[in-house]
Amino acid sequence: MLYPDTVESDVLVHKPWFITGLFAVVFAVFLAFDLTGTSLGDLMRPVIGDPAESGVYGRFAITFVIAVTLCLNIVLIGFAPLKVQVAVVWSELLLLFLAFFTTFNLSLPFMAEKLPFLITQGLFTTIYVSAISIVIASAIAILGAVAKLSTNGFAYAIASFYTSFFRGLPLLMQVYLIYLGLPQIGFVIDAVPAGILALSLCYGAYMTEIFRSGIQSIDRGQWEASRSIGFGFGVTMRKIILPQALPVIIPPTGNQFISMLKDSSLVSVIGVWELMFLARTLGQKSFQHMEMLISAAMLYWIVSIGLELIQSRIERHYARSKVR
Amino acid sequence: MSDTIIDVRNVSKWYGAFRVLTDVNLTVQKGERIVICGPSGSGKSTLIRCFNRLEAHQQGDIVVNGIILHDKMREVGAVRKNVGMVFQHFNLFPHMTVLMNCMVGPMWIKGVSQAEARKTALQFLERVRIPEQANKYPVQLSGGQQQRVAIARSLCMQPAVMLFDEPTSALDPEMVSEVLETMTSLAREGMTMVCVTHEMAFARAVADRVIFMNAGQIVEQGKPEEFFKNPQHERTKLFLSQILKH
Ligand SMILES: Nc1ncnc2c1ncn2[C@@H]1O[C@H](COP(=O)(O)OP(=O)(O)OP(=O)(O)O)[C@@H](O)[C@H]1O
Ligand SMILES: [Mg+2]
Repeated sequence: MLYPDTVESDVLVHKPWFITGLFAVVFAVFLAFDLTGTSLGDLMRPVIGDPAESGVYGRFAITFVIAVTLCLNIVLIGFAPLKVQVAVVWSELLLLFLAFFTTFNLSLPFMAEKLPFLITQGLFTTIYVSAISIVIASAIAILGAVAKLSTNGFAYAIASFYTSFFRGLPLLMQVYLIYLGLPQIGFVIDAVPAGILALSLCYGAYMTEIFRSGIQSIDRGQWEASRSIGFGFGVTMRKIILPQALPVIIPPTGNQFISMLKDSSLVSVIGVWELMFLARTLGQKSFQHMEMLISAAMLYWIVSIGLELIQSRIERHYARSKVR
Repeated sequence: MSDTIIDVRNVSKWYGAFRVLTDVNLTVQKGERIVICGPSGSGKSTLIRCFNRLEAHQQGDIVVNGIILHDKMREVGAVRKNVGMVFQHFNLFPHMTVLMNCMVGPMWIKGVSQAEARKTALQFLERVRIPEQANKYPVQLSGGQQQRVAIARSLCMQPAVMLFDEPTSALDPEMVSEVLETMTSLAREGMTMVCVTHEMAFARAVADRVIFMNAGQIVEQGKPEEFFKNPQHERTKLFLSQILKH
C-alpha cells in the first residue's frame, strides 16, 4: 500500500490543466504522423472525403478525433470505481493488441489446428520442466541462503562460489555445459534432465540471494525470543524466521518463477520439445511463423497470469498479520 | 537439589578487546526477586543474557538450575526452557496470533497437545488480564498489552526463573503501570525473578535485593531499604541522585 492520505484530493484526470496538457501532448504526437493512409483515414472518409487528397485538413481532423476520443475516454474512466477502472483499462489495452495482431492477417484456422498439439506437447513440457526446476531451485535456495549466512567457512565458500558461478555465466552456456560437458566425464544425461538441472542450478543461485536477503531482513530480536523459549535452529528457522521472511521473499520469487517459465525456452537448443521449439518448427514447415509465435506468446502470457494470480493470493494470505 | 537457581562465579566477558563484564559474582535463590540497575552501558543486559546463553561468557562459571553453561553444551535447550525472558521490545512473533504466541513453546518444546497448550495459554492470558485479545495479532495491541503477552508467553513454559530486560522502558508512562502491576503480582506469587529496570518504586516494593552495576562490575548490593537509604559508594549515590530526581 502507498497508504493514501485521508484527505480527499481531486481526481487527477479531472483537473483542467491535466486534460488540456494531455490533449496538447497527444495532439502534437499524432500530428507528427501522417495517418491518412491507414484504416483510420478510411473511417474518416465521410468527414474528410478521399483520405489521400484530404491533405493537411485530413491529417488535422484525424489527429483531432484521436485526441478527443482518448481524453474523453480517460475522463470518463476517472468517474468509475476502482474495480471498474481496472477492468475497463485492461480490456481497452487488450483490444488495442488484438487490433494490432489483426494487421498481420493471421490464418486463424491454421492456429486452431496446431493449438492442441502446441498445448499438449509444447506447453505441457514447458510447464513440467519449469515446475520441477522451481521446486529444486527453491530447495537449493534455502540451503544456499543458510550456508551463506552461516559461520561455517566451508559452507560459505561453497555457497558463494556456487552463486557467483551460476549467476555469472549465461544460462545458455550452462545448458550446453551440462548437456555436452557432463558426458565428457562419463555421465551421460538426457536432454530433459539436463535442461531441468541447468534451470534449477541457475535459478537456485538467484533465489539463494533472494532468500538470504529475506532471512536477513528479520529482526535479531526474533531469533533471541525464539531461542529464549528454547527452540533449536530447525524450529526457529521453519516456524519463526522463514514464515516472516516469506512476505519479503515472495514478490521477487514470483518474478523468478515467471522469468524461469520463459527461460525454459532455452533448453530447446538441446532438442527438448517445449513450447518455443514447437512453435518455431511448426511454423517453419508452412512459413506461417507469425501464427505460431503469437500462439506461443499468448500461451506463455496466460500461464504467467496464472502465476501472478497465485502470487497475489499468497501475498494476501501473509498480509493477515499486518492489518491493524 | 539445592535452592540455588542461578550461580555466577567470577564471570568475565569481552567484546573483542572491550571487557563488558569483570569478575561478576552472584547467586539467585529460588523465590528471590532481584533488581539490577546501573548506568547505560554498564553491562546489565549482557549479564542477564548470559543466564540463558543468548550471550557467551569467556571466563568463570555460570550454573543455571544445576547445569553449567559452556560453549559445547548440548543441553542449552534444557536451560532455556526453564528460563523465561522478557525483552525491552517485546519480540512477539508478529505472524502468529496472541494465542499462538503463547501456545508454540509448550507445543513444540514440551510436546503438549494443542488442546492443553490452548488451555494453559488462555489461563496465563487471563492472569495478565488480556484474555479477550487472544485472537488478535501483536500489531493490533498497545505496547503495554504486547508486553503482557510477552510475559504470558514466557509463563506458559512454566519457567523456574524469569528474566526481565528493561521491560517497561519502551512503553508510554500510562502503560508502564499495567506491566509493573503484572510483574508485582507475579512476584507476590513467589516467582523467581531477575529484573533489569530503572523503576525504583517497583524495586522498593518487590525486590529482595537490589544490585548496582557500573562498568561491568557489581559495585554494590543490598536490601532495598538500605540500598536506597544509605548507598555506600560514590558512584551509587550519583546514580541514585540522578535517577530519583525525576
Ligand atoms: N554486540 C556487541 N558488540 C560490542 N559491544 C557491545 C555489544 N553489545 C553490547 N556492547 C557493549 O557492551 C556494553 C554493555 O552493554 P549492555 O547492553 O549490557 O549495557 P546495559 O547496561 O544493558 O545498558 P542499557 O541500560 O543502555 O541497556 C556497552 O558498552 C555496549 O556498547
Ligand atoms: Mg540493556
